Amino acid sequence: MTTKTSTPTPYRSKVEPGRDGFGRLVRSEWTKLRTVRGWMIGMALAALITVLIGILGPLGSNSQCSSSSTHACGSAQTPTLGPDGEPVTDDLSFVHQGVTGDGTVTARLSSMAGYYLPLNANGPVDSLAGLSKGLEPWARAGIIVKASTTPGAPYVAVVATGANGVRMESNFTSSDRAPGGAAAGSAISSAAPQWLRLSRAGDSFTGYESGDGVHWSRIGSETVAGIRSNAQAGMLVSTPDHGTTTYQFGGSSTDSGPSLAVATFDDVAFSGAWSGGGFAAPPAVQQDNGPAPGAALYQNTYAQTGGVFTVRGSGDIAPKIAAGAGDTKSIEDGLIGVFAGLIALIVVAAMFITSEYRRGLIRTTLSATPRRGAVLAAKSVVIGAVTFVVGLVAAGVAVPLVRSMETGNRTYVLPTSTATEIRVVVGTAALLALVAVFAMAVGALLRRGAGAVALVIAVVVLPYVLAVASVLPTGPSQWLLRLTPAAGFAVEQSLREFPGYAQVTSGYTPEAGFYPLSPWAGLAVTAAYTAVALGLATYVLRRRDV
Amino acid sequence: MSTPLDTGAVVASGKTPTSTARTLAGRRLTLCDAIHAEWTKFRTVAGMLWLVAAAALLTIGLGVAVDSSVTCPTTGCDVDTVKTSFTGIMLGQAIVAMLAVLAIGTEYSSGVIRTSLTATPQRLTGYIAKIIVVGAVTLAVAIVSVTGSLIAGRLILPTKGFTAANGSALPSLTDGTVLRATLCAVLYLFLIALLSLGIAYVARESTAAIGIVLGLLYLFPIVAQVISNETWHKRLERLGPMTAGLAAQTTKNIAAQPITPWHGIGVVALWALGALLAGGTVLRMKDA
Repeated sequence: MTTKTSTPTPYRSKVEPGRDGFGRLVRSEWTKLRTVRGWMIGMALAALITVLIGILGPLGSNSQCSSSSTHACGSAQTPTLGPDGEPVTDDLSFVHQGVTGDGTVTARLSSMAGYYLPLNANGPVDSLAGLSKGLEPWARAGIIVKASTTPGAPYVAVVATGANGVRMESNFTSSDRAPGGAAAGSAISSAAPQWLRLSRAGDSFTGYESGDGVHWSRIGSETVAGIRSNAQAGMLVSTPDHGTTTYQFGGSSTDSGPSLAVATFDDVAFSGAWSGGGFAAPPAVQQDNGPAPGAALYQNTYAQTGGVFTVRGSGDIAPKIAAGAGDTKSIEDGLIGVFAGLIALIVVAAMFITSEYRRGLIRTTLSATPRRGAVLAAKSVVIGAVTFVVGLVAAGVAVPLVRSMETGNRTYVLPTSTATEIRVVVGTAALLALVAVFAMAVGALLRRGAGAVALVIAVVVLPYVLAVASVLPTGPSQWLLRLTPAAGFAVEQSLREFPGYAQVTSGYTPEAGFYPLSPWAGLAVTAAYTAVALGLATYVLRRRDV
Repeated sequence: MSTPLDTGAVVASGKTPTSTARTLAGRRLTLCDAIHAEWTKFRTVAGMLWLVAAAALLTIGLGVAVDSSVTCPTTGCDVDTVKTSFTGIMLGQAIVAMLAVLAIGTEYSSGVIRTSLTATPQRLTGYIAKIIVVGAVTLAVAIVSVTGSLIAGRLILPTKGFTAANGSALPSLTDGTVLRATLCAVLYLFLIALLSLGIAYVARESTAAIGIVLGLLYLFPIVAQVISNETWHKRLERLGPMTAGLAAQTTKNIAAQPITPWHGIGVVALWALGALLAGGTVLRMKDA
């Protein structure tokens, strides 16, 4: 007897069984992200507000032209630029004559004195007696060869300074201290003079200093292009403003006033092709570029009796801090909206995981993929990649758009190399991606959206606000930008720093757009926080029931 | 036998409900009942107590850190010592905002909002009760945080050179400007909580609400930083809840502030009122 038993074939889904690969996991996470409409709107909103807040800057400065401002609005407010295109201060007192070809200039500096306007002075002072006596540490007196008297023209100089030794300097950015020479300008006298020498051979310049005019020691040699054979050579005197930076709550404020330096040169000699022995005729003096502060007292002048020149100068020769809400802008001013876009991204990134806990979806997710570490990795890849693209679009639009608007407003935007610009845009996108992954990891740890968002904003955005919006004094601001995940904002900085010129380094504050860490080091700090949070989240997710 | 539990049976049996039953099922719910309910919900949600403690501790803690970081040279200085001590409010306001947002956000995320609205069908009564409970709690937190910060500052700052010998003695506590700054700081935290509560009722989602609140607070100081036009710069600082509110906490160079102290706190109050009105409207109009 044969019974025909039809064993029912168990149901098999016709869908191809998916391979348990990481690619599949990433795809499923991407599906989860893109199918929540609110999140996609949040992403788009992040890019939009980044750009919109960015263009508020040029919109806000646009009306400046129509209002009764002191600035002329006809032409772009181009600042004095140095040979490398960076803004500089070039207000030296320069007693000069034309020189052609190669040669040497030697000078004996027999005194250096300084005066400054007392900070509590009421109104202008028009005599030396009304000034306090004191030489600025970065006052300079020495010899210089400059391409021309045009402000910002390339130069090489050998100078004695107020309190920073004898130095060989060039082109506003390089400044090297000689091993010997007078340490302080006030110590120079006719009994203990300071001899300085600068010789030119083509584009190569060599500096020397000596205490007696017989035994010379070489300071160094520099090759400076851009100084034609037909140049100007002579004596310089310069002195930065006298100022003190005080802790003012709501930002540090610098109280400064003009200073004056007076130097005596009693043996100036030209040799080589630079004939004439001393000055062939009474030399000319370069005047201040800016308006003289106050009175004729600060005019660049000199007096000559026989071979003795007494040169007076007020004004600095140094790189200039261009940032702030001044006449010049830099490309990162277009990225001011990044923190707001970041807040939107933090919200989406945190919800990307916390909403799974809220809805219980996490149990489905972890049943489908028991490898919990892989789930978190896939989520990181997805949220990181998407926010990177959003950041790239936002920064890539904001930077050129804001720059062209600023240029249209006739505001001078500092030139930046293409490489720096790419670093700023890509770096900003990377910062957003890192913070988004950080927020996701914190969300996985806390399992509460609001808590994760508040925490991440408090450690990423709040330090940035405190440091940049001139709430805290400079010192604590810089520590915040070194130690917190907000350090990554350093990647936005395109402004260059010139550490050789210490008289301006006090202006390198977060408020002015200077971060204490280099761009990549700052980003590395943020990356480290992200890595630690992700590591903790993976550990906890593996150990914890869901 | 007439225990409260019998109410349903009494009504079902068709008899006239007793007075006991009426108070439980038929009496119109008063605001006091609603406040009692809101307070029960607030104090029994896990983590709220932690947030209350964190708000006070972080406010005072950051204030202490900043107090310790400033120094006054012997030549004297022009530091607003009261405002320095109040720096912690920048951080504390985030916690206070979170407290207010979670007070309603957790109801939406867990579905308790439907129970709440069933129990208190007069939505505005429930809303006002929520405002009163959250307002009272944050007012208490604000008083503790602000006076704590002020006391910490008075203990630390004299060791940092803020002494009469340097010509920078701390102003007297009974000084009019100090009292006003302290009062405004308390009001500021209180109003930020109400602003957050209103926004949370509009967003109905804690995560998004906290993002909106903090974005709104931090937006104005940063944007004002890049606006070089003096008029617009000042205008933005007057408009922003945080910039206007913090201006109300100054005790020195008041004339240099973008807005006078009482107008400043008024701006924050308007923001809070606007948010509460928007929150109330959304609560009335939308399904839960």
